[in-house]
Amino acid sequence: MSAFFTLVARDLRLAVRQGGALGTALGFYLVVVAMLPLGLGADLNLLSRIAPGVLWIALLLSALLSLGRVFESDYEDGSLDVLATGPLPLELVAAAKALAHWISTSVPLALLAPVLGILLNLELSAYPALVATMLIGTPAVSFIGAIGAALTLTARRGGLLIALLVLPLYVPTLVFGIAAISAMLGPDEVAPPLLILTAISLGAVVLGPLAAAAALRTQMQ
Amino acid sequence: MQTFTQRFANPTQFMGLSARLLPWVAGLAAAIIAYGLYLAFFVAPPDYLHGEIARIMFVHVPSAWMAMACYALIAVSAFGLLVFRHPLADVSAKAAAPIGAAFTFLALFTGSLWGKPAWGTYWVWDARLTSVLILFFLYLGLIALRSSIEDETLASKLTAILALVGIVMLPIIKFSVDWANTLHQPSSVLKLSGPTIHSSILTPLLVMGVGFLVLFIAMHLKAMRNEILRRRVKALQLAEVARAQSGQVTAPAE
Repeated sequence: MSAFFTLVARDLRLAVRQGGALGTALGFYLVVVAMLPLGLGADLNLLSRIAPGVLWIALLLSALLSLGRVFESDYEDGSLDVLATGPLPLELVAAAKALAHWISTSVPLALLAPVLGILLNLELSAYPALVATMLIGTPAVSFIGAIGAALTLTARRGGLLIALLVLPLYVPTLVFGIAAISAMLGPDEVAPPLLILTAISLGAVVLGPLAAAAALRTQMQ
Repeated sequence: MQTFTQRFANPTQFMGLSARLLPWVAGLAAAIIAYGLYLAFFVAPPDYLHGEIARIMFVHVPSAWMAMACYALIAVSAFGLLVFRHPLADVSAKAAAPIGAAFTFLALFTGSLWGKPAWGTYWVWDARLTSVLILFFLYLGLIALRSSIEDETLASKLTAILALVGIVMLPIIKFSVDWANTLHQPSSVLKLSGPTIHSSILTPLLVMGVGFLVLFIAMHLKAMRNEILRRRVKALQLAEVARAQSGQVTAPAE
């Protein structure tokens, strides 16, 4: 287990010290959200109504941008081969990398969301609900995304392809993320969508590394 | 004693059998669909609410059935490739993907044409429409992933992994999309309490369903044959290139 956490710590250190990647994702998030009022018109009532959905979708797109590098740099410089021959099963390697992606990218994006909410005139009372659902739902984003990253490792046009493969798989996360926010703000029961969102995230944490490791193993032979 | 699937593992045997079967299957598909269309246009009464336009159902519903059945076939083939390393499993999965995508598109297209007079709009974000649209995206993902990887063995295995991930995710996607209220009528043929539509419409519908199934089998057999032939041509070309190269290398030495 210590090997697992060493790998997570290494990936986090790389993410921080290499820099750029997180800044790019956050910048992309900001720009996409800022473009929306320009495209939809500056009607504040409309913006505050669609704000949770806009913030969620922009978060998915920003996380997608950074998914490519989950395995890529390690595959190119050969460290993935070293990891594969090491004591850690490839499933746990994939899990560690997805976890590092969640901590280094998805969590900062979720924490930035309330700031962007100001741009969209989102009610202040919605902020805790927004951040809570994003923190619960984003493990699914990182771990399902890891499948896409592993599948497109050696593919041409990897960046666009990963979006085509992974975005349809994000539908449940998106639907229940939004449902949980509107339940928290409205009269509906909060528990069902929130519990289902948690279940999707936990399921992704199991399924993601299995499928990603299978894909990696195929490509490293 | 060989099992049924083991006997098919030899592509040559498959080619022989499929060559004999294909004309019969194709002819049967044409006959059943012709009979189904006759029933649909001349025997089935027009719908009391939607009128003549409801006859589009006889294409729409079987297409939607085949769209789902075809993804199941791809998932089974993917499993056969990854677990049993069946040599024809990948040929089957590769051949089925574009056909399934076509049936899914047909279901969406005819549904859209039916939606305009029935609901007043070509498209609504209803649960069933959305889940079929996402099924279409999954098909596109399978085709795109395969086409963007050069090495064919690698492409087949990665596509198989994606297909299995897709079949695990499909029920969850379906469930999440159903979370929203639905405008589309709920399933009225496959029910425990028996079908809720009258037999004058149900019979042509089922005939068309069987016709589409046989049509799918015929197209799938043909596509698999094409794929096997394509691979043979490629192998022959590669052998030709290798022979030419060895000829060039040895020529100066003589």
